[in-house]
Amino acid sequence: MDPLIHNNPIALQVLGICSALAVTTTMATTTVMCVAVVAVNALSNLSVSLLRHRIPNSIRIIVQLTIIASLVIVTDQVLKAYVYEVSRQLTVFVGLIITNCIIMGRAEAFAMQNPPLRSLLDGIGNGLGYAAVLLVTGTLREIFGSGSFFGAPVLPLASEGGWYTPNGLMTLSPGAFFVIGFLIWTLRWFRPEQNEAE
Amino acid sequence: MNSARTILGFAAAVCLVCAVLVSGSAVALRSLQVENAERERQRNVLYAAGLATPDEDLDEAALAARFGDIRAVVVDLETGEELPDVDPATVDPLVEAGLADSSRPAPDNPARIRRIEDRSVVYRVEPAGRLEAVVLPVRGQGLWSVLYGFVALESDGNTVRGLTFYDHRETPGLGGEVDNPAWKALWPGRRVFSDAGEAVIEVVRGAAGSPLDDPHRVDGLAGATMTSRGVTNLLRFWLGEAGFGPYLEQLDEAD
Repeated sequence: MDPLIHNNPIALQVLGICSALAVTTTMATTTVMCVAVVAVNALSNLSVSLLRHRIPNSIRIIVQLTIIASLVIVTDQVLKAYVYEVSRQLTVFVGLIITNCIIMGRAEAFAMQNPPLRSLLDGIGNGLGYAAVLLVTGTLREIFGSGSFFGAPVLPLASEGGWYTPNGLMTLSPGAFFVIGFLIWTLRWFRPEQNEAE
Repeated sequence: MNSARTILGFAAAVCLVCAVLVSGSAVALRSLQVENAERERQRNVLYAAGLATPDEDLDEAALAARFGDIRAVVVDLETGEELPDVDPATVDPLVEAGLADSSRPAPDNPARIRRIEDRSVVYRVEPAGRLEAVVLPVRGQGLWSVLYGFVALESDGNTVRGLTFYDHRETPGLGGEVDNPAWKALWPGRRVFSDAGEAVIEVVRGAAGSPLDDPHRVDGLAGATMTSRGVTNLLRFWLGEAGFGPYLEQLDEAD
């Protein structure tokens, strides 16, 4: 449970920000992205951990990368087959999970030293930590940017006869910067030990 | 500790396993993916033709039923003739536009189309065997991105029945409003061609009149001058002489 709040990969380690900005405009895309990242992170940690005594030290990074890349491609194929609509909106960002530092970081820092079960749990935990931040960001961005939640209207839009004028900033990437910034700020307010030393 | 041979052997084994995994999933899931893409295209053709709206959740059977009256036909863009012997499922105009031997350079145009495919696929809406409308694929540069869509014309080849864009990266809330149903509802009844036969349809700045009073103009998208202009350009290009013009003339004669 540690990576969810105490050691959240996005909030504390500030990793994986790029995709967190890009896919959180609506909840549908956010949720699918989260599931994909949790799956890739868990499976990559598991397979790296299973192989950890055999992977030659000199090529360990490239081996990890190969495993992660293959898992990401398979995930992308599965998404294209089963949730086509959403995967079209996610475009390249599923593929870019390969470059998500969280996954590579966990494989190198944790799975290389720990047994498979703990590595699997670590992968799931870090994936969920990433997912938690994304889901909160996605919720705020969709509600304030488009007045809806999972596509269902929440705030009646002014353009459709309601009272809410959507905040265009929220639908653009900079909106996510603000949301994530505030999230990190709130988290560190309650947990001052997460502040970097001056 | 590790000899070069074990390292190479290990690398080869990892590659082999990964390659099998990747190609296995690609092959196993391919038919599902192709079906998805096909359904997506059918849906968009229906949206353009006004036979469905994006709010409706069409399952496979409903989609097939609505698509029942629609016939895809391959068209030679240069002559405007239909090619009844070519199976439309084998022609992907966007792919052919990118290949040197199945496309030609486009004349200079503001829609920034560089190459035109030799053949394209149009969708004839023919309830009870009588042509009611044609749905044509269009594309062209907006502000940030190329807009891809379909425009549906009544059987006179002049009156707009509807249009839809299925792929673009315009600014959400501004140019992205090309997806807004309220804006798309302004299109039906507009006329593409002037009396002289020139494609004059235009997205103007500000408001245009009703389709009856002001048939060649459509309200612009607020705050999206470049996207609005892009829509004008791409419609004029694809419905004009270099695009589907020759095909639409033939439709007119057959009528």
